[in-house]
This record gives sequence, C-alpha cells and structure tokens, in this order.
Amino acid sequence: MEYISLFVKSIFVDNMIFAYFLGMCSYLAVSKNVKTATGLGVAVIFVLLVTLPINYLLNKYLLQPGALAWINESYADVDLSFLSYIVFIAVIAAIVQIVEMVVEKFSPALYSSLGIFLPLIAVNCAILGGSLFMQEKEFINVGESAVYALGSGLGWFLAIVALAAIREKMAYSHVPKALKGLGISFITVGLMGIAFMTFMGITL
Amino acid sequence: MWRNQAMSENLKNVLLKPIFKGNPISVLVLGICSSLAVTVQLKGALVMALSVTIVTGLSSFVVSLMRKSIPNRVRIIVQLVVVAMMVILVDQVLKAYAYSVSKSLSVYIGLIITNCIVMGRIEAFALGNKPGLSLLDGLANGFGYGLILVVVAIVREILGSGSIFGFQIIPQAVYNAGYMNNGLMILPPFALILLGCIIWIQRSIQKDLQEE
Repeated sequence: MEYISLFVKSIFVDNMIFAYFLGMCSYLAVSKNVKTATGLGVAVIFVLLVTLPINYLLNKYLLQPGALAWINESYADVDLSFLSYIVFIAVIAAIVQIVEMVVEKFSPALYSSLGIFLPLIAVNCAILGGSLFMQEKEFINVGESAVYALGSGLGWFLAIVALAAIREKMAYSHVPKALKGLGISFITVGLMGIAFMTFMGITL
Repeated sequence: MWRNQAMSENLKNVLLKPIFKGNPISVLVLGICSSLAVTVQLKGALVMALSVTIVTGLSSFVVSLMRKSIPNRVRIIVQLVVVAMMVILVDQVLKAYAYSVSKSLSVYIGLIITNCIVMGRIEAFALGNKPGLSLLDGLANGFGYGLILVVVAIVREILGSGSIFGFQIIPQAVYNAGYMNNGLMILPPFALILLGCIIWIQRSIQKDLQEE
C-alpha cells in the first residue's frame, strides 16, 4: 500500500517538471515532436530506474553519517556525506556510459532510437535531482527507492509527451511574434503545471 | 595601438553580452532546470545567483587552466568532477555560514552541478580561451543568469507575499481597503509564466531574436 501511495505521489503530486522544474533544459529543447519526446522520456525512466537504487545503496553503506559501521565499529563516527555530490554524479556518468554500450551491443534498434539521448541524460537535472531527493527523503529500503525512481520517471515522461503534443498543435495557431517558440512554451508549461496542481493534497 | 582597442572591444563583449543580448536564460535557454524553484523569495534567489556565478566563474577558470592537458574523449567526466568540486565548496561554505538558507535551498545547490549553464560555458568558451578571460566569461554569465532570477523573485515576492527580503512593503492600509496577496504567485507554475513574459518583453525589444 505504501508503495502505491509513493508511486502515485511521485508521478502526479511531486512531478519532476511541474513541482520542481527538474530537467527543464532538455524538456524544452526536445519537446518539438511527440516521437523524439517519447524516446527521451523512455531513456529518462530507464536511467533513473538504474541509477537511483545504486545511489541508494551507496548512500546507505558509504556516505551517510555512520554508514561505515558495517566494516568496523570504529568507523561508526565517520561522516562522508559531503562527498555525495561527486559520488552521485560519477555513478550517473559511468552508468550512462555503460548503459549506452550495453544497449548498443544487444539491441541496435533500441540504440538507434535512444542513442542520441543517452549522453544528454548524464547532465539532465532530473537524474541527479532524483538521487538528491532520495537522499533527503530517507527511504527505508531499496524497493522504495526503485518505486520512487519509476514514479518520477513516468511523471517526467508524461510531462514531456504532453508538452510535445501541445506544441505540435500549436504550430497551427496564431501566436504573437515575440512570444513564438520559447515564450509560449514557458507559458504553456506554466498552465499545465496549474492543471497538475489539482492533484495536490491527495492522500492515499 | 588598434590591437589594444580590439582587445578591449573583445573584453567588453565578453562582459556585457551575457547580460542582455546573449542572456543565458532568456536567449540561450540554459540552466532553467534548477533555477526557478528558488525564486519564491528574493533571499533564496540572491544566494542561488551568487552561488551559480561563483561556480561558473571558478570552474571555467580551472578547466581553462587544464584545457591543453585534458584528453578530448574524457573531457565531460573531467569537467563534471571540477564542477562538482566547486559545488561542494560552495555547499560547505553555505552550510557553515548560512545554515537556514542552505536548508531552504535543499537539493537545488547540489543541482548546480548539472546546471547546463556551467557546462555550457565550459564547452563553448573555457576550452578555447585563456584562463583570465574564461573567468570573466563565467562570472558575467552567472551574473546574467542571476539577474533573471532576481527579477522573477522580486515580482513573485511583492505580488505573492507583499514583501521584499521578508520585510512588509505593501502597507496595512492597502490590505484594509480590500487588497489581497496573490497566492498563485507563490506556486511553482507562476515562475514559468513570468519567465515567459520576460522573454516576450525582451523579444519585442530585440526583434532579431524572434523565432519563425
């Protein structure tokens, strides 16, 4: 039950885009048509789902204050949490690289559809943001962090596909010249965010 | 003599372009990721602007120092490590001297690492220019970025809570006459709508930026 609640919450209420503005750069840059948007969305879900549980374990057994106690009692007061940024970003960059190589080897079709997006993802704020929120939320086990990863990835996916669909339609409408392109996209995202706020306050 | 002039022209360009004509947020669309969530109040926005300016300047400087010895294939990782190191420094300083602000900015300080503006300036400028110039370029871009943050934050704080830096500036008499704070301004979506409006204004003035 808690898993379902966490899942729904991370998709709709704590949506990465509308509530926290994470991954905005690639969100605006790659949402010009639905097909590429879907590709990037899937890649984000995938990478989040791989990196978040790994970073969770690293946080739990390496970085947290007192995390090193499993090696030896005398390490119990070591606090490495100031290293977490550098560890998380290194893990993300390395995993994106590995995922890229594995996908290229075993599924060339998937690679050709995801390929160009994978390197972009290493610097997508949504991925590092997921890990940092995971650290802040203090999940009790790996399962929770994986559910959170899947939920927030799906939320990001939904948001980018929806925006891409709206922008495809918007090509036919008369937007003031100075507002065309970037300006109107921002306002659209804002309005979508207001729509998503109806989910606020839902408790499961 | 004219060479000196060309150099000062170049320097002026580096310093002034990011502030309006090539503003990293409204023109280049870099670094919106983590920026807007901190604009509910001016204080957070200022600290964020300052942190990004320092990180962008210093990492551009360091990468520019090493630009001849970084192998091209692993440069992204090297850059990420440099940037992460700078962000850790900023984070630790904030935690030591401004703990409450650092708590309220929560994950967004850490997210400066993946802020596109930092990597963007390193890739586009620091890898091909001298350290001093790269430092200035990074600082100027951070400043241009901070400017937008501060403008958005001022509007949101005045309309949303009637205050600046937490001091009430809309007098009580106005509230008694029936004026109310606009609660919508505090909500995240309004940061985006305001930014849309800023871009609208800028592009009305600067017609060459308009998209077809």
